[in-house]
Parts: sequence; C-alpha cells; structure tokens
Amino acid sequence: MSSRAGTRSGDRVYRIHWVPGTDTLRGICHCGAERLAEEPVELWEWLLAHPQGHQGAAVPVPGPPRRLAMRE
Amino acid sequence: MAFARNQWYVAAYGGEVGRNLLARTVLGEPLVLYRTGAGQAVALADRCVHRRFPLSESRLDGDTIVCGYHGFTYDPTGACVFVPGQQRIPRTARVVSFPVVEQDSFIWVWIGDLDRADPAAIPRAPWLADPRYAVVRGMAPLNARYGLLVDNLLDLSHETYLHGGYIGTPEVANTPITTEVDEDRGIVYVSRHMDDADCPPFYARSTGIQGRITRWQDIEYHPPCLYLLHSRIAPQGVYPPAEGEDREAFHAEIVYAITPSTEHTTYDFWAVARDFAIDDESVSEYLHHSNHTVVMQDVTALNILEQVIATEPDRYQELSINIDTGGLAARRLLARMVGSGTVGAAR
Repeated sequence: MSSRAGTRSGDRVYRIHWVPGTDTLRGICHCGAERLAEEPVELWEWLLAHPQGHQGAAVPVPGPPRRLAMRE
Repeated sequence: MAFARNQWYVAAYGGEVGRNLLARTVLGEPLVLYRTGAGQAVALADRCVHRRFPLSESRLDGDTIVCGYHGFTYDPTGACVFVPGQQRIPRTARVVSFPVVEQDSFIWVWIGDLDRADPAAIPRAPWLADPRYAVVRGMAPLNARYGLLVDNLLDLSHETYLHGGYIGTPEVANTPITTEVDEDRGIVYVSRHMDDADCPPFYARSTGIQGRITRWQDIEYHPPCLYLLHSRIAPQGVYPPAEGEDREAFHAEIVYAITPSTEHTTYDFWAVARDFAIDDESVSEYLHHSNHTVVMQDVTALNILEQVIATEPDRYQELSINIDTGGLAARRLLARMVGSGTVGAAR
C-alpha cells in the first residue's frame, strides 16, 4: 500500500498539491521553496528551474477559497 | 514521436510465449518470441537474414527456428546453424537476439544498446504472480501513439466522463490530486484520495460493499512502460490502521504496461490483481469483462484522438489545467528519456 499522499521521501522530490476547495496549486521544491499558482505548466517551470528563483521564496499564504472546486 | 530505446518494455505475457512462434513489434523492431524446450523465453529479430522472410511465419524444430522460405535455421542466440545446399555458413548469417527477462508474469525485452541492459532496472509488479492475489488480464492493440495512453492513465478524472457506469463517479473528477516526482528515481506519483464517494459498479459488485465508500487512487508511473494504480476501497470512513495490515479494506492493484509498437500503434497490456474474493470465479469473470470494457472505451477514444492529431496543423496549442499536473510530469520524464536514453540523467 502506498503511503499517504504527498509524503514521499527522497533527496529530489518535487510536489504539487491541489489545495482542497480552491483552484490553486501549491508547488513545493525539495529545497523547501514553495509557490502558489493557478495552472500547472507555470508551476512545473518554476519548480524545475531549481535553484533559480527558489532562494528566499516565502511560503505564501493562500487566500480564502474564491470558489469551491467541487461541484455538488 | 521518438522512442526511449534504452529501456525495458513488455513484449508479451509469459503465458502467450510457448512452443508456437509469436510475432510482436516493439519500438518498430519486429520480434519473434518463443520458448525453448527448457522453458527459456527467446526474442529474435523477426526477419531471416537471407531474404527477410518473417521467422514468425516459419516453424520451430526443437529449440531452433527453420525459416519457412529457404530453411535457414537459427538457434536461440540468433546464430545461423544451417543454410541450404552448402557446408559453409556465412559469418554474417545471424539475427539479433534481444535480452529477455521473465518477471511478474511479463516477458520484458530490451531493444537498446546491449551493454546497457540491466535486469535490475526493471520495475516490479509482484501482485501479478502472487498466489495471495487473483488476477484478470488482457492486451488491447491500440492504433494510437503511446503518449496518448500515458496521458490517459495519468489523469483519471476522465473516468467520470468516459467510464461512467463502470469505474467513474462524480467524485473522481471533483477530487483534488497530489502529484509528486522523484527526480532521482524517475517516478511520477499521482494520488487522489476520495473520503466520501459513490461506489461504482466495478467495485460494488466485486466487493459487495453497500453504500458509500472511501476510495483511494495512488498511481506510480515508472516511465516509459510500467504503470501501477494502487486502488483502495473501503466502507466510507474506514481508514488503514496506524499499525498492522489494512484488513478492513479491499485492494486492487491495477497494472498497465504501455509498449510502443510503432510510432502510431501501442500494446496496451492491462491487469487487475485483487486481494479479495480470490477464489470466486464469478468475481474474476465480472472484473475481466468490466475492465476489458473500460479498456476498449479508452481504445476507441484514443484511436479517434490519434486520427485527429495525425491531421492537425503543426504546433497545435493544447490547454492544460490542474487535472493535468501528473500527465505533464510524465511527459517531461519521457522526453528526457527519449533524449538521453536513461532515467536518471540530468535534464
């Protein structure tokens, strides 16, 4: 059985969480830098550019959900 | 679309390879597969060195293949051991013998550089040969490039729309995913954990669960060929214990081997291994029928898509959204492998 989503160990693991209840993606580099984005192409480009633009990248605080991603 | 040549690919199920000659084309390379009397699987180039007659259209004589046109005879190493009408066998009378590994019920072949064939690099799917699991399987030829099947399997939100009534429910498309890429190991992980979901017929009928479920989909894609979907199904609200076995859940290990045949055709090997009702043949029949139906829904859609792509102008601009996060990661790793031939190479 796999581990819980988003907890994989490894020296160079890039991770993108889709923030529940929003349309926002949160990218997390193996160096600890984080960034929010609204679509995956831009976020992958930023992650894979490591270390360019990753130093001192503040952990962003997501705003309140603009709308629910879930449709009922 | 280029191929990642220095990689292992599934050419067949072990059960397909026996004392008859089986033709398969992998990465554009025609192969003939058979098994020696001692049980060793063999893959040779499927063209007689003399006048190109397919060896797969020939016959086995013991462990050798006798060409059905002029009788050139090849041993399992590809060496020619007989030519008609003369004693001297030309030095170049040899067909390529491709490295073969039989593992987890698959016949893996290596088409690339011989000195780079490392069997330890073959990713594992142990459930397919584990007596604690019951397995149903099949293979569907696809008239589409392999990348379309990779896209399809990395984004399971399509289950809701293409496979409704089988494995798709609204929650699949509506549940956010987590995507991870292990850059050093060259593996893409995509997880979708649905805490409270409809139980699709595929699982309701096979597990007997009544009512809603907690459904986890954890994908591991080992590019280019092996795709694993760890599917956990449990009554809604039942989670794995902190320690010990996850006995309250049903587990299905869904395995695909994605093997490019030509630039525009693909072998879609599929298997479903389950740890429940393993002796119930009616469950096996149901899951085989259902998963075959699902696979053929994909085949129909991807064959259409291949025709669309084949006739579109260059540089068509796709649109990618959140659901494509894993598929984009897979595309990048594949592109890197095509370029470098290995998984772990620098970008």
